[in-house]
Amino acid sequence: MPVAETNPNLYSGSFIIEGGNFNSAGIVSTSIKSTLKKLGIPGDIVRKAAIVSYEAEINVVSYAKKGVVTLTVEPGIVRIEVADEGPGIPNIDLAMQEGYSTADQRIREMGFGAGMGLCNIKNYSDAFHIESEVGKGTRLKMTITTP
Amino acid sequence: MKIEEIVQALGLDVKCAKDCLDREVTGGYTGDLLSDVMGNSKAGYIWITRQVHQNIVAVASLKEHSAIILINSSQPTAETMEKAEAEKIPIMVSDLPAFEISGKIYNLLTAKS
Ligand SMILES: Nc1ncnc2c1ncn2[C@@H]1O[C@H](COP(=O)(O)OP(=O)(O)OP(=O)(O)O)[C@@H](O)[C@H]1O
Ligand SMILES: [Mg+2]
Repeated sequence: MPVAETNPNLYSGSFIIEGGNFNSAGIVSTSIKSTLKKLGIPGDIVRKAAIVSYEAEINVVSYAKKGVVTLTVEPGIVRIEVADEGPGIPNIDLAMQEGYSTADQRIREMGFGAGMGLCNIKNYSDAFHIESEVGKGTRLKMTITTP
Repeated sequence: MKIEEIVQALGLDVKCAKDCLDREVTGGYTGDLLSDVMGNSKAGYIWITRQVHQNIVAVASLKEHSAIILINSSQPTAETMEKAEAEKIPIMVSDLPAFEISGKIYNLLTAKS
């Protein structure tokens, strides 16, 4: 059908994450989840997107000044991109290792800092890309596809 | 098994979302590290934790947990209660430690099925 060939975006929108504010942490992932639900995206895809966006959001809140999440939904594909202004990650291989964390005491007291967030993002997305520049910020790109 | 039945059997103190206790509990997960819970728990699970900060509500809501149980008589903060009420996530308090309450819930869930 010609309609399918044009491959229209079902949704495209962006959300701002405020660094350092643990009281509002999770709001962006919650909005992303309800947006996907309203679009009628299957439950297992919505749940994966919720995990992936939550971990990325908490990392922005924990380590960066500000972040922007872009959510794009195309038929069969959910794309989540998170770009932050922050310290960046000096060694991405190390940061990706389960258990590695630079979280401070305050963050750990709330139950963060297990060093599992980036692993969760990788495990629950179908494609994952991370790039970072020290002193500038970090950018994550995640894709979740309907089987 | 419904949340209500677990509350009755174990004498839990229901702190909020009291009108949501007819939900089905499909399993449980015990943990205090939020990323561990994010990665390893499933929808419908009851989550047993000592964390009381409002971030637990976002985790439970995003993961579609049936309810949260706080151990060792830990009390939820006012913000946690407010958010849990809004997100309709029941929070119950037990005076038992994590090991004991987890064991009891495990027995209830496996006996029923
Ligand atoms: N957006 C970011 N900006 C700067 N550093 C980051 C960012 N995201 C992750 N990091 C670094 O990578 C490490 C590992 O991140 P990861 O999310 O895997 O674990 P964590 O945040 O330390 O703990 P958890 O996510 O389990 O609560 C962090 O401790 C931090 O040093
Ligand atoms: Mg993290």
